Amino acid sequence: MIDRTMLWIVIVALGIGSFGLRFVFLGLVGDRPLPPWLLRHLRYTAVAVLPALVAPLVLWPRATEGETDPVRIASACVTLAVAFVTRNVIAAMASGAGVLALGMLMLG
Amino acid sequence: MAASAARSSYMRGLRDGLPFLAVILPFGMLFGVVATEAGLSIFEALAFSIVVIAGAAQFTALQLLNDAAPLAVVIASALAVNLRMAMYSASMTPHLGALPMWKRALVAYFLVDQTYALSQMEFEAKPLSLTEKLGYFLGTVTPICLPWYGATVVGAWAGAAIPPETGIDFAVPLAFLAMIGGMLRTTAHRWAAAAAAVVAVGFAWLPWNLGLIVGGVAGMVVGAQVELWTERREAAKVVKEEADA
Repeated sequence: MIDRTMLWIVIVALGIGSFGLRFVFLGLVGDRPLPPWLLRHLRYTAVAVLPALVAPLVLWPRATEGETDPVRIASACVTLAVAFVTRNVIAAMASGAGVLALGMLMLG
Repeated sequence: MAASAARSSYMRGLRDGLPFLAVILPFGMLFGVVATEAGLSIFEALAFSIVVIAGAAQFTALQLLNDAAPLAVVIASALAVNLRMAMYSASMTPHLGALPMWKRALVAYFLVDQTYALSQMEFEAKPLSLTEKLGYFLGTVTPICLPWYGATVVGAWAGAAIPPETGIDFAVPLAFLAMIGGMLRTTAHRWAAAAAAVVAVGFAWLPWNLGLIVGGVAGMVVGAQVELWTERREAAKVVKEEADA
């Protein structure tokens, strides 16, 4: 169970932080250019943080108490592949969910 | 005259934003479902969506809260996912920076991936006045940002009826993978993602989910470096071709 105080601290802090990130240049900096090295790193934050978050979840799922599950790995690979080829997030998730459902049905 | 031009820009933005409903609705509902499974009330899920209004960061924070990660790691990771918003803010500034402060604040609040992408394309393609630009932006906001709240509520309400044995636990990883797949546009993006995943797995033994932070930083540095190398190689190739010609 998520601690309520912590939940609300996270919601408020993320609200302020996300707004701050969206407002910082538009509201405060004006149209002065940013240093290129900073922009270069900013460009890769999402594409780095999300895989870092997801890779351990795929290898050691919480639902199996951390035991590696071939069905979940197959489902993850299919989702990533479909998303990469089609650029369609919904089609990708549906394919992955299909593999997961089928795998759980046959092996579970 | 100015009002009708602003209105027609608004309508154009609205029309361009409509197809994104196909993504916003299922993702908003998924967030509601996952939030309910994590024990949040409908009100808490809705507050999350209204206050933070950023899908990937909301999923990140929820996942880490569920894993009982320390507060600092939850906030730092979710904000890192949102760092790209600072880039959007920077690139909107030449177009909308002349608006009065409260309107700039309003634009900032609604600056998400899809409203940014559409507006950026429109502003680059057409010479619009400031009011027309604001009209277009608010047009994109209408079908992209507002349904996010409603979809969260519907998902949270429906989520209570979904038993955990259905594999719903894996919905968040799948949602992330679907987003990642679409981001792997360049060699640098692919290396950044691969490095981040490998390093995060390698450092998964670290306490307080710090493996995530280490992996994320490693991915950013690798992405930036690969981009730098690619640019230099391209530049060298151009110089060589010019020398050959």
